[in-house]
Amino acid sequence: MLVKILQKKQMYLSMKQISLLIAFTLIIQLGCAQENLPMIETPTETNYSYEVVVDGLEIPWGMAFISTEELLVTEKSGTLYRVKEGQKTIINGLPEIYTRGQGGLLDVALHPNFSENKIIYITLGANMEKDNKGGNTALYCATLNGTELSDVKLLYKATPNSKKGQHFGSRIVFDQEGHVYFGVGDRGNRDENPQDLARDGGKVYRLNLDGSIPEDNPFVNEVGAKKAVFSYGHRNPQGMVVHPKTGQVWENEHGPQGGDEINIIKKGVNYGWPKITYGINYSGTPITDKTSAPNMEQPFYYWVPSIAPSGMAFSTSGVYKEWKDNLFVGSLKFEYLERLVIQNNKVVKREKVLDKIGRVRNVVEGPDGYLYLGVEGKGIVKIVPTS
Amino acid sequence: MRLFAFLYCLVVAVFSTHLKPQKSKAESIAAGEEIYQDFCIQCHLSNGEGVSGVFPPIKASDYLFENINRSIAGIKYGLKGEITVNDEIYDGVMANQGLEEEEIADVMNYILNQWGNQSEEFITPQQVATVPKSILQK
Repeated sequence: MLVKILQKKQMYLSMKQISLLIAFTLIIQLGCAQENLPMIETPTETNYSYEVVVDGLEIPWGMAFISTEELLVTEKSGTLYRVKEGQKTIINGLPEIYTRGQGGLLDVALHPNFSENKIIYITLGANMEKDNKGGNTALYCATLNGTELSDVKLLYKATPNSKKGQHFGSRIVFDQEGHVYFGVGDRGNRDENPQDLARDGGKVYRLNLDGSIPEDNPFVNEVGAKKAVFSYGHRNPQGMVVHPKTGQVWENEHGPQGGDEINIIKKGVNYGWPKITYGINYSGTPITDKTSAPNMEQPFYYWVPSIAPSGMAFSTSGVYKEWKDNLFVGSLKFEYLERLVIQNNKVVKREKVLDKIGRVRNVVEGPDGYLYLGVEGKGIVKIVPTS
Repeated sequence: MRLFAFLYCLVVAVFSTHLKPQKSKAESIAAGEEIYQDFCIQCHLSNGEGVSGVFPPIKASDYLFENINRSIAGIKYGLKGEITVNDEIYDGVMANQGLEEEEIADVMNYILNQWGNQSEEFITPQQVATVPKSILQK
């Protein structure tokens, strides 16, 4: 009898253990699939609409305003346009472009003193070595006269070339102290590139405006290190903007599935890819079980699920009353513009703007204070308040 | 003698292009998987099902099997505008990925024989070379 009771008791316990196990497994699984807070909201009423101000573009990767009437637009397939009142004119004199996979003509930006020196900066996939080994990201500057480029100068070329189609980066921004920043993705070689300072790729770089290496770059005294590196452990930077108040460089990057990030770029800091990430492989297998580690920076925010962020802008103008100081990021995957409200260094609200508009490749605040989006297959779109 | 040298070079040139080892179908499919993982998976996903209404499926895709040469052309030149796949309309942009002819043949062989897809066809780089852009306009 006693034995029977004991057996029963054991049985009871093991059943309880099993059910506990099941419960735990469920919690963990649900936890993984859960959206990282705050949840994205879809407003039921809006007080804005949009107009297409430049049409006939396939992948408008980069955008730079010359004035309220004129802007430069890059088409990833390899065309740079000067646009005036919606009319596109092709700019001649670009260097040769290596177009494969995610590589091609990428970002364009104006020199902080463009109105006087007419200098522009561009990033693109390049193979000037003619080694038939693929390509890698390059930063150029050039002088723009009307629709002609002259004095085309290579400022940086990431090496080695690779036939991988992935992760060229790249955006260009400037700080107030005479530096240019640009990002290069890991070029599909995450095991070698992002954590190795002697290799290009998976980095944010900082140069002086003439392309020389700033003396106070973080790794200038490190033997073997690429001296242009400013921060590392990145996967694929696709958005960059200078915070209008702090002057810091904000960056967003494509993570693996469920690991897209916003980072505030700091000198010499390791952002962890691929040693730490909130994402997993596209096939569903894990990359690492670590989301944090000593001496590796946490993202300011990460997206689960991935939205495939691209482009980044703060709304500073007050043109959109409720959006002042909010951060805007394009979503390639879900085809909307994301509005992020930030309070006390935390994202407290996320909202869809222009849901289903198409793959949003880029967003910038124009000199007139309006937000302009680069939308694939559509063109450049301006958000217009209706009330 | 000069003529002989010229002819010799010509013969070597012609033979060397023909003797370039042609992959077997299995080898081509294996190489195609690598291309797929690199260039295609982000939109068409690892299961080949794409995203309904945004990125068309390749798995069990009527468009693929009924338009093999147009599918090749889509990869080779890029594809834009409306297509109907399994009774659903897609109106997006697939950018030209800059793949070489052999890589296009490999990835075609992979997608034609993956996720339950099956095809007797064996796409070669030579076939990819002959597919004109104009086929996309029809």
